[in-house]
Amino acid sequence: MVDLAVRIGGMTLANPVMPASGTFGPELAQVFDLNRLGALVTKSVTPQYREGNALPRLCETEAGVLNSIGIPGKGLPHFIEHAMPDWRRFAAPLVVSLSADTVAAFAEAAALLAATPGVAGIEANISCPNLEEDGRAFAMHPETAGAAIAAMRAACGLPIWAKLSPNTADIAAVARAVEAAGADAVVVANTILGLAIDIDRMAPKLGAGMGGFSGPAFKPIALRLVWQCAQAVRIPVIGVGGIATAEDAVEFLMAGASAIQVGTASFVSPNALLDVLDGLSAFCARRGFARVSDLTGLALPGRLRPAAE
Amino acid sequence: MDLGPDGVAADFPVREQVLTVAESVPVGRRYHRLLLNAPGLSAASRPGQFFHLLCRDGGGNGPYLRRPMSIWRCGEGKPLGFLLHVKGRGTAALAALRAGDHLSVVGPLGQGFTLDPAWRRILILARGVGLATLAPLTEAAAARGIAVRAVLSAQAPEDLMAAEFSGDSGAEITPVFDSDGSSAVPAMEALLRATFEGSSRPDAVFTCGSNRLFLLLQRLAGEYGIPGQIALEQQMGCGLGMCFCCVRQIRAPDGQVVNLRVCAEGPVFDLQAALAW
Repeated sequence: MVDLAVRIGGMTLANPVMPASGTFGPELAQVFDLNRLGALVTKSVTPQYREGNALPRLCETEAGVLNSIGIPGKGLPHFIEHAMPDWRRFAAPLVVSLSADTVAAFAEAAALLAATPGVAGIEANISCPNLEEDGRAFAMHPETAGAAIAAMRAACGLPIWAKLSPNTADIAAVARAVEAAGADAVVVANTILGLAIDIDRMAPKLGAGMGGFSGPAFKPIALRLVWQCAQAVRIPVIGVGGIATAEDAVEFLMAGASAIQVGTASFVSPNALLDVLDGLSAFCARRGFARVSDLTGLALPGRLRPAAE
Repeated sequence: MDLGPDGVAADFPVREQVLTVAESVPVGRRYHRLLLNAPGLSAASRPGQFFHLLCRDGGGNGPYLRRPMSIWRCGEGKPLGFLLHVKGRGTAALAALRAGDHLSVVGPLGQGFTLDPAWRRILILARGVGLATLAPLTEAAAARGIAVRAVLSAQAPEDLMAAEFSGDSGAEITPVFDSDGSSAVPAMEALLRATFEGSSRPDAVFTCGSNRLFLLLQRLAGEYGIPGQIALEQQMGCGLGMCFCCVRQIRAPDGQVVNLRVCAEGPVFDLQAALAW
């Protein structure tokens, strides 16, 4: 029997496989038992109501998708009152993805979540536009990323995972900044900005213009970002970006991730999360790894990152 | 765990499953009929629901995302059927499948049509491939003793697909065509008014496939106080309600216009609540 448990900061997850925010919801419980997952990660919740972006919100490419959904939602109070009872049906730890426009709004929302039963942790979506910074994402710069995490850290005692952006010049510096600010883990990475144009309409295919690119074609970039972050910080790295198979997941673990998230692949195959989990377990059994955590960092230069935290 | 025929777990009503193609044949000039062996899924499917199909031809080529396809044929002991308008990469890949090939499906998905057992007769107004979505309703109605009158609109007689629509349901078909002008809105309005005012006034109306006919039916059904349902189409990402890319504007009971997911809250909506697209 392979030991699939992993430790992410103060949390122990039954296994390292979880969904990526924005590609998952309680709707997937129609397909399989969500309690088999290491953790559940919600769509990003914002402090207030958001309409979402103009349609089309999604367009496919040869090996992935561009999205610009715009985080539609009814706001955090509505989420706590109406969505949380549904989430509490599940035994798997619930990580609420939180997005906000200002440092203060991040902190206030984190405090509200800390007072909400059933929330195991917060994934800070600091990769969204920051009104204080002229629309740039917090995670583009170490200073703004660190400020958002530090304010949340001061406001709540929950584990905080900082979701980093690939749209930055130096992701290692951003990872170090959020570690110093008190993040319990980094989630690497959010979608990378991209564009597709409809040559008949002579306009962007997405209603909002640019979008975030995800899916198999993004995997080498996400893997490189995980590899860089794993060498930059001591807190766990959660790898995400283009993972569709167990072999993809193994690559991310070997690049230094302690856990992984499956996102866009769930659109093509709703069973992808389970297939990755079962395949990961089979890989460890076949290759003689007693613990899945033994895979973490095996491919790093000089194996800088020991398997155990 | 409650298991249905062929092991469909009631706890997990949506399945991702690889099915075998039983029949794949062109219909008319631009349509295609696909029948799949799927005893459990077909029995569990309801008219108005859809499946999310991984559109890969025999060589494994096709677009990255799945394509939503409304159910054309379903039921206990019947193959699961789709009637598609071949117009893009996804449908072209599906049309290239042959009997014996495999196809990955996810479903059944979405909210289907509802039939009130007290109804005596319904009217269906369909245009183009929208008739595929409405076709299984004819047999469901027949099984409940509800008479079906269907007005089918097509470019020309060779595009009508009346047999594909009504199957063995005994539905009474009134065809209208662009080619002879009978499908024009004023002619359709006169036809519908005569039906709504006559002795065979329907207890409910249903439509799919045309914005123009939707607006006409919504206006007239509202005027005559006849309830109705519409099946909406929309580009989808996940098909399960997770990605929020397939929203459409729907008027909530309190009058507010809200974005609802066609895949999860739909694809069937109240006729008066739907907004034009």
